[in-house]
Amino acid sequence: MANENEGERFDRLPATEAERVVEGRPTRPAVVAWFEERLGIDSAVFEPYSFWERGSGKIWAFRGEVESPVEIQGLGMTALRTRGEHWKPTLEAVQRFGAHATKNCVELTAEQARRFFAGQDQELDWEGDWGYLIVMHEIAGEQEPLGVGLYTYGELKSMVPKGRQREL
Amino acid sequence: MSVLERYEPLVDDMAALRAACERPLPPVVRVNSIKTTTERAQQALADEGIEYEQAEWHPGLFRLPNDQPGTNWPYVNGWLHGQEEVSALPARVLDPQPGERIWDACAAPGSKTTQLAALMDDTGLVVATDNNLGRISALRSNTERLGVTNVAVTREDARNHSLKPFGSESYDHALADVPCSCEGTVRKNPDTLDEWTLEHVHGIAGVQRAILGRAIEVTRPGGTVVYSTCTFAPEENEAVLDHALAEYPCRIVDFECPLEARAGITEWQDESFDESVTRAKRIYPHHNDSGGFFCAKLEVTE
Repeated sequence: MANENEGERFDRLPATEAERVVEGRPTRPAVVAWFEERLGIDSAVFEPYSFWERGSGKIWAFRGEVESPVEIQGLGMTALRTRGEHWKPTLEAVQRFGAHATKNCVELTAEQARRFFAGQDQELDWEGDWGYLIVMHEIAGEQEPLGVGLYTYGELKSMVPKGRQREL
Repeated sequence: MSVLERYEPLVDDMAALRAACERPLPPVVRVNSIKTTTERAQQALADEGIEYEQAEWHPGLFRLPNDQPGTNWPYVNGWLHGQEEVSALPARVLDPQPGERIWDACAAPGSKTTQLAALMDDTGLVVATDNNLGRISALRSNTERLGVTNVAVTREDARNHSLKPFGSESYDHALADVPCSCEGTVRKNPDTLDEWTLEHVHGIAGVQRAILGRAIEVTRPGGTVVYSTCTFAPEENEAVLDHALAEYPCRIVDFECPLEARAGITEWQDESFDESVTRAKRIYPHHNDSGGFFCAKLEVTE
């Protein structure tokens, strides 16, 4: 049956609300619109991509098409978590697509980036939106996306997953 | 070192081979062209004061004589991937093009999978198969860190790989970088030779034959299959190719090898192999100061 999320199975996101069979599953246009509205990533960037849910609220981006549903161990990369009120992009998606972002990107100094990637929260002056931001830092002379931070009340919380954190 | 003595009849300078096998290998990283360019990766390493030496045969490979690959900004940004130098060869021999469909039969932990994806500009499809969940977890973590989005991961025994999830369509190319007795990795894993047994060689050779056979079956006529191992054992190399020539629609083709190599051999102990196995390449640690390797390119016929 295809009417609920199953842990080992990828289901393609529906193209419209009307085609939705699993309650709470976002549509493809809603995911693309989220990246555009929240981060300013042009929807054209995701044109070659299909989006899939595996487990509840874990959205994967796959460059290509296979038949849905499909029971395999991986399909492209995890891109977005849609459980909860605020959708949260993954570090991997931000590193892969964040160069196309035009808003909610915060540039850190080398010292701030070190703290961020070690998993530490820090005070930060930021005039923009609260919520999930793309954290940028300078590498080889240019700003590059590094990960996801959560900004509230003058503080930037590091969302770098434990397994990815490094003391640099 | 008694295991290595077994290969004395094949090797030009046994003392040099033995000496090379006792030297550790320097860490090597490959530039991930999905996320950056070789030039920017060089600049990032230089900015951090990390010494590197570029491989002559592959401009995107850097030896790091004084550093470990995992603890610097370009690594964290997914610009670099730690990969043994000689293991960067089979994906280059396969030479996949953007938009093609590729099967990586024994994919984890994903060094070659991610290299194939990068050679395809992260387009087309790479189906990456492994039969061990722990190793698949390492594979997935590598594909994600490197920003690969054209890979589908399956947990299966490669010998029974199913095309069903992928529209039952055959592949343009397949890479069979099979499990083996691994003498060629002795510079990285000195215990390898202590664990070596002839019984294991014969057992694993059966698995290798079946995986190579499946790779040929699922590749379209005119497509290519690259077969590689990190062992010197002819039972796992030329004998496996010889079996494939007899049982499956394929032929062994020549390829340019950018590393110094020796031809595949046609005789070993009491066995003799098809003349065309000489088109395969044997790579010995003392010729390129690398790990040991074996690589062959096959074309699938009607």
